[in-house]
Amino acid sequence: MKLSDQFEQRFHAMINHYPTKRSVLVPSLLYAQDELGYLTDELIAEMAQRLDLTDLEIRNVISYYSMLTTQPRGKFNVQVCTNIACMLRGGEEILDHCKRKLGIGHKGTTRDGLFSLEEVECIGACSWAPAAQVNYDFHENLTPERMNEVLQDYRRKVHQQENC
Amino acid sequence: MADLVSHPDEVKIVSKRFGQGATDIDRYLELDGYKAVQKALGIGPDALINEVKNSGLRGRGGAGFNTGMKWSFVPKQSPRPKYVLCNGDESEPGTCKDRLIFEHDPHSVIEGVVIAGLSVESHVGYIYIRGEYRYLSNIMQKAIKDAYARGFLGKNIFGSGYDFDVYWHGGAGAYEVGEESALMESLEGKRGIPRIRPPFPAVVGLWGGPTIINNAETLASVPHIILGGAEWYASLGPPRNGGTRLFCLSGHVARPGVYELPMGYNLKKMIYEVAGGIADGRRLKAVVPGGASTPCLTAEEVDVPMDFDSLMKAGSMLGSGGVVVLDDSTCMVKFALRTMQFYQHESCGWCIPCREGTDWLKKTLARFHAGEGVKKDIDNIQYLAENMLGRTFCPLGDAAAMPTIAFIKKFRKEFEDHLEGRPCPFEKEGVVKQLPVFA
Ligand SMILES: Cc1cc2nc3c(=O)[nH]c(=O)nc-3n(C[C@H](O)[C@H](O)[C@H](O)COP(=O)(O)O)c2cc1C
Ligand code: SF4
Ligand code: FES
Repeated sequence: MKLSDQFEQRFHAMINHYPTKRSVLVPSLLYAQDELGYLTDELIAEMAQRLDLTDLEIRNVISYYSMLTTQPRGKFNVQVCTNIACMLRGGEEILDHCKRKLGIGHKGTTRDGLFSLEEVECIGACSWAPAAQVNYDFHENLTPERMNEVLQDYRRKVHQQENC
Repeated sequence: MADLVSHPDEVKIVSKRFGQGATDIDRYLELDGYKAVQKALGIGPDALINEVKNSGLRGRGGAGFNTGMKWSFVPKQSPRPKYVLCNGDESEPGTCKDRLIFEHDPHSVIEGVVIAGLSVESHVGYIYIRGEYRYLSNIMQKAIKDAYARGFLGKNIFGSGYDFDVYWHGGAGAYEVGEESALMESLEGKRGIPRIRPPFPAVVGLWGGPTIINNAETLASVPHIILGGAEWYASLGPPRNGGTRLFCLSGHVARPGVYELPMGYNLKKMIYEVAGGIADGRRLKAVVPGGASTPCLTAEEVDVPMDFDSLMKAGSMLGSGGVVVLDDSTCMVKFALRTMQFYQHESCGWCIPCREGTDWLKKTLARFHAGEGVKKDIDNIQYLAENMLGRTFCPLGDAAAMPTIAFIKKFRKEFEDHLEGRPCPFEKEGVVKQLPVFA
């Protein structure tokens, strides 16, 4: 399977960091997923072959980690924290607001494939609650209005790319 | 990225380089960077361990074990390589401090890892960073690369003849992986299921070799101890509770933020002076003093010094430094439910008391909050939680049970107010909204 040069570079650097090959598995899966959008059957077979594991062993690991997915997601994965510190400052309202705005529920994806939504556990932004992550970007001290702007900014980003 | 705050009572040690551009290695060197490692290279393992032991530094990850003591458990002779593992999984709800260390002062973590390595004669360290913190693992990767380029890492560090390698490692979303033995499993490329102890990681850890596991803040504190001396560090806090720590103030306070305060700083003062008191003129109801797994304190119990021993005496724990403040608009049943929902989601499922207990408690609390509770549920919740205590392979079961028991004991009346189909007294619209349940 052809993976990007950047992935190969990272993979080959990492594999020398550990006495056992399979240690690279979790970070490699996440890097691959960032490029492919989700962990495809082909990718799983490729990793199995590279690390001398079975497909099943890889799937077993994937199912444990909440960020890893074998299902396609939107281009922007909106992850709203509703854990205690965020809940106290309106995290649930932010989640509800996103649900209404995007017309999808927890783990849903918009029809245009642009956004997915996820209710997540603490993302380490408790002192700047309520907080959300869109892919890897943190958005903090959110209000419904601020959340609108955040979503709008991502929409705009895509339109700009398309028009280039 | 995250905003920094400041207060005159702060004693900035771990946070002293925050906002100073210290991710840049030259700037870090200007700010006394890498001096501690060079000093440590001339000290020798036993003296290093003693220095850290005497400083009274206790683990900032949650359990508060004396760091030097932990290091002293590593056997001198080992047929397998020894390792240092920095725990940067930071996932305890209420905790957001390691993030700032990685963001502003990544080299201090590297330095801490190397010094820990020197003290047990290890030659490899790993810095594990949770998967959500991608921007921080990028910062850390660059810091490591820069340190190699200067000869601070790798072969013959600082021309000392000592070899030491540091690598970063990334997670992919799992609270349980922060537990030390699950952390090792994760680093070995497996599911984060804990290991049975004993043997403890200091004797049998990564790939069977003796392994030191410490929180990122713990390790970032070590270089300051080496430079400033154990006596100075110990003197900052009460006996056996040396130094300062990063307290993450969150919830209903006027000025939430991460503040570095001396150990033993009064909690009441922390809430009312440092964090600006309760927001919107409301009144304090309760505090979760050390991350979601620590038993809450009521408004009457907050006049307490924030150190490990004092909080233990107060029936709670200092935990991870996450101080979550609740005002009188908070429904404790709902708060208990959201807490349990978290543990149920994160339980790895190995032990029956944890797997089934968290699930039953979540369901019972959800039903209760929706007004379908019956009186005996209150005792049942307490009974169930008490029976989880100490009956699991890792402390997650306790972490779920302990706060629940405190909620019931300290706020029983609020549970009773939800009985007999009465609507939750705290819901604004008068209708109870079921919390969304994770798939
Ligand atoms: C369920 C669970 C989650 C934990 N999560 C973390 C974590 O995210 N970060 C951390 O440093 N320690 C965490 N710990 C504590 C670690 O097991 C371990 O005690 C700690 O990393 C040791 O470092 P210290 O002595 O420097 O505190 C967790 C413990 C449990 C039981
Ligand atoms: S206590 Fe819970 S999380 Fe810990 S090992 Fe048992 S089932 Fe897993
Ligand atoms: S509780 Fe939401 S970021 Fe910690």
